Amino acid sequence: MFYLSLFFQYASQYLKTRLTYRADTIIEILSDLLFQAVNLIFIVIVFRHTAFLGGWNRDEIIFIYGFFLVPYAIFSSFFNIWDFNERYIVKGEMDRILTRPVHSLFQIILERIELESLFGAITGLLVMGYAIMNLDINFAWYDVLIFIVMVIGGAFIYAGIFISIATIGFWSDSRTDIMPMMYNISNYGRYPINIYNKVIQFVLTWILPFAFVGVYPASYFLNREEWYGYAFFTPVMGILFFGIAILLWNAGVKRYRGAGN
Amino acid sequence: MSMYIEMIRVRFLMMLAYRTNYYSGILIYSINIGAYYFLWSAIYGGKEQIQGLSVAQMTTYVAVAWMARAFYYNNIDREIAAEIKDGKVAIEMIRPYNYLGMKTMQALGEGVFRLLFFSVPGMIIVAMIFPVRFDASLTTWLFFFISLVFSFIVNTHINLLTGIMTFFLFNNSGLIRAKRVVIDLFSGLLLPISFYPDWAQTLMSYLPFQAISYVPSMIFTGGFVGQEIYKALLSQVFWVVILLIPIRLLWSLAKKHLIIQGG
Repeated sequence: MFYLSLFFQYASQYLKTRLTYRADTIIEILSDLLFQAVNLIFIVIVFRHTAFLGGWNRDEIIFIYGFFLVPYAIFSSFFNIWDFNERYIVKGEMDRILTRPVHSLFQIILERIELESLFGAITGLLVMGYAIMNLDINFAWYDVLIFIVMVIGGAFIYAGIFISIATIGFWSDSRTDIMPMMYNISNYGRYPINIYNKVIQFVLTWILPFAFVGVYPASYFLNREEWYGYAFFTPVMGILFFGIAILLWNAGVKRYRGAGN
Repeated sequence: MSMYIEMIRVRFLMMLAYRTNYYSGILIYSINIGAYYFLWSAIYGGKEQIQGLSVAQMTTYVAVAWMARAFYYNNIDREIAAEIKDGKVAIEMIRPYNYLGMKTMQALGEGVFRLLFFSVPGMIIVAMIFPVRFDASLTTWLFFFISLVFSFIVNTHINLLTGIMTFFLFNNSGLIRAKRVVIDLFSGLLLPISFYPDWAQTLMSYLPFQAISYVPSMIFTGGFVGQEIYKALLSQVFWVVILLIPIRLLWSLAKKHLIIQGG
């Protein structure tokens, strides 16, 4: 309860700041839209030169992309920790965090929420809607529930990976270029996994399981039965990777000694 | 002058000090290029050529585009924004050097570092695994490096502009992000410009972004030959010069307009 009320207080403070810097907020929402458009443009242009990508057609790929946007939006609204190292370790902000009576990770999540990223979920639904109109697929009533579970699973996988990377900061105070590169890699989970060679398939499935944020769960809704085994594994991977991240975080906090002073 | 060279050196050494992520960085870099290789192979399917580029040229294009990106990419826009926000810029302005010049030199130090410690080892790994062709002639390499320098300048100009915009927007993270996305798409990093529909190609020819990634990558892969190379280099020079105008303008406006937020 305490955590929930804290969350709402931070969220309302956040909205106030966003309204102060109104021009930037609008540009930020537009830049998110642009980012989503860029990937869609990439798909559309690629399909000007080919009809299938590893046996999947244009609208299926667009559907996968639309699906991906939803967990991604949730992740980027609540787990915006890509500059954790610079902001909290190098600048010593972590000392302040550790004096607070809530879990340190929760405190950081509160401070770094970016609610406007949730607009991405709407874009995702629209993109999926567009693909569905061109595809001949039917949905059952329980698909909505499965969708929600898969989305949460995907968001947790994302969060798990990025929190784990952020914890590197506890062991080494170096600046890291890994996070931005990871964003690039996360994109590959949106393409049919079968186009890659075995090593990359393995990496995208079990090590940096971004395929569980895009192509695997989406294949359930596209009635691609050959991928169902992986699709239903999405929530398990979410819990697993998020769990590992929390363990790493707690171990890291124990090790943390503070930077200087 | 020696002061500016010192800035390049200091930034280079600073990057060297933070070194835990070299190896992982190079690995991730290679995975990234590798994933693109498979994506493009799937896109090509059985086709010999798309828009005049073979699949081998396309792989090389992608690899070179990312190698070049390591050199021209920098975060000085974000640094300038941060320094404006905490008011440090006021102190920087009274120092005996040109603030924007200093930022450019720092970016160069970072670029040289990334080129040597990221691109080169990354490329060696990539060349061992994927059919990337680095056997271009000496003149091609030369033209490539010249155009890479211009890429750096054009990209840095755009970063300076986005950074300076913080004076007017106060909080600038949205614009910085939008800029990054626009550059990735319109510079030809993700897709060669020749893959776009004609109307989009025309539109993009009026923008400075292709000077950043498309030109060096096309020169290297042999997508541009003869006259085309000179024309492409000239277009880069054009943007190097033209972009100075808004920078000078906004900078002198900004100096009059300086509002320190807090502090």
